Amino acid sequence: MPDDTQLMPRGVRRCSPHQFLLWVLPWSALLAFGLYSAGLCLVKGLNQTNMDNRFAFGLWIFLDLTVIALGAGAFFTGFLLYILKKSEFKAVINSAVVIGFICYSGAVAALLVDVGQPLRFWFTFWHPNVHSMLTEVTFCITCYLIVLCIEYVPIVLKNRKLSQIPSFLVFEFELHKLMPVLAGVGTFLSFFHQGSLGGLYGVLRGRPFAFREGFAIWPSTFFLFILSAAAAGPAFILLTTWLVSKISGKPLVRPEVLPLLGRISGILLLPYILLKSIDTLIWIDSTSPAMGFAAHQFYAWKPFGAWILFAEIVVFGLLPALILLRRRLRESPAWLLSAATLVCLGIALNRFVMTIQTLALPTLPFDPFMSYLPSWQETATFLAVVAYGVLIYSFSFRYLTLFPQEKDLSC
Amino acid sequence: MIACAVENNVPPARPEATPRTGITWMRVYQISNGAPFPENRAAFIPILCQQCGKDTPCAAVCPQEAVEVDPATGIVDQMPQRCLGCRYCMAACPYHARYFNWWDPQWPPGMEKTLNPDVATRMRGVVEKCNFCHGRLHAARARAAAEGRRELHPGEYVPACVEACPAAAIVFGDLDDPASEVARLARDGQSFRILERLGTAPKIYYRTTRPWVRSGATNPCGAGNFARGPLRGRLSGGPSGSGQKEPAHA
Repeated sequence: MPDDTQLMPRGVRRCSPHQFLLWVLPWSALLAFGLYSAGLCLVKGLNQTNMDNRFAFGLWIFLDLTVIALGAGAFFTGFLLYILKKSEFKAVINSAVVIGFICYSGAVAALLVDVGQPLRFWFTFWHPNVHSMLTEVTFCITCYLIVLCIEYVPIVLKNRKLSQIPSFLVFEFELHKLMPVLAGVGTFLSFFHQGSLGGLYGVLRGRPFAFREGFAIWPSTFFLFILSAAAAGPAFILLTTWLVSKISGKPLVRPEVLPLLGRISGILLLPYILLKSIDTLIWIDSTSPAMGFAAHQFYAWKPFGAWILFAEIVVFGLLPALILLRRRLRESPAWLLSAATLVCLGIALNRFVMTIQTLALPTLPFDPFMSYLPSWQETATFLAVVAYGVLIYSFSFRYLTLFPQEKDLSC
Repeated sequence: MIACAVENNVPPARPEATPRTGITWMRVYQISNGAPFPENRAAFIPILCQQCGKDTPCAAVCPQEAVEVDPATGIVDQMPQRCLGCRYCMAACPYHARYFNWWDPQWPPGMEKTLNPDVATRMRGVVEKCNFCHGRLHAARARAAAEGRRELHPGEYVPACVEACPAAAIVFGDLDDPASEVARLARDGQSFRILERLGTAPKIYYRTTRPWVRSGATNPCGAGNFARGPLRGRLSGGPSGSGQKEPAHA
């Protein structure tokens, strides 16, 4: 097994190449199987999935909305570090950028498999319908993925071996000067596409379960998605940092960093839950009845009962927000990690409700409730995105400096 | 449904297709009054694109303008050649009247000779729906142009379903013309529209004299049909019965 120590950052220790290979192999196998499944969908068509004319969206759209919300840590950490000058976040910014890159590139890859005519992806840029939320999403996600690529490049160029090439070093230095500008652009783009992802469903007048009134052209879900993604992003970075630290067996950030991420998440989560509750009450009281639907009847369909609303607002919202806002609780790792897990699960549940529950509920009075179970090809493609993320992160962690404090903490 | 499929080159369903993956521009639902035999009654409600006239849900969401509302006719047009296959329009349609081509179209050997030369077939991965037989509209316009006319005569163009219905249960015409039969029928007390309160101004009116049909077709979950369950919708290939409809274009 060749020795790759020369490729690793100075002053940090990584597992042996043999151990790394053992870690990487199963994920690579999963990725290969997922790519085969995605290939089947591309070659044979979307008949390989269990989506249908009623369940026009399925597991992949749920995946896209969830990973893009979880990947929001990249833009929000960049915003805190470069725009608000909160230098504490320097400890996790590189990791956040890699996570953001993984989430966004994974989502775009899944989207390309999800559309019926992937070769026509450029049509949206050529014939854009400026009134469509999906146009806004497509434009902003594409632009932001380019921003994330540019932000990722300096991290790669700082690799011990690559930085020996003088021109790379100069290029990296010049790129680094651009970071505040990129962080600003990234924040602007992220605000819009996170919002537009919420708007995707909020504008659906034909789906009274999802439709929301709002401000100007934006439904309330536009603003709720921005706030929820901003709250979930730091929580996901917190979780991944802790997880990587546990798996690698090394301290990666100073002890105060994770509680700080938790506090930021809690500060954003509480107003989100408050606004979400108000929005739900308005929907129950006026929006839904105005369209001829009594809101409580939407929850008559099992298993999507009212418990799902309670879980979303109280168990996965209010509870973790209160934990994260209490200093004593968030300084206990068990409470902190439990709360961060609840936040991330809550965001996933919210995206599930918006995508899957919305489509399962009938709108025609004589139409039945519909269920949907993803096919193995859909599930494997979904898992391929997960495996892709683990692999990119594993290689980045091994060969790049994702946690600048790790070197000092190892000494 | 058959006339529609033949007119618009809708391919036969693949053996592996289900009622949820097949393509039927017009889909007939059966509803019942829920009473036990012998009082039990059934009605059939054909659902097709309702050609929404206000805030057209599918047109507003399409990211690449593959859906267009023709201001001259009010018909909501779908352009499969420009469709990305994202299916956002399908999620947006409250009537579930849009269909995705999950497979490439295939006809049994020899049957391709029966295809309508005025209508292009659609490829795998794009969405399609009822367009009031645009092939017929174009042909009628071409005939009128050849005769030096800019306007069509009433009844000069009708969709295939209107022509094929043996019970003459479907009336087609110009809703904007107050003197037309459809406009007159749409105004009388027996006509109603499905999901009218969504505010999308559908152009399809249904007619019935039976209160339970009207109630079953218009009362969404708020009336309790949602949870009670006697009015169960199911796909039916049978002829339309007491639930009549009057497609009309404005």
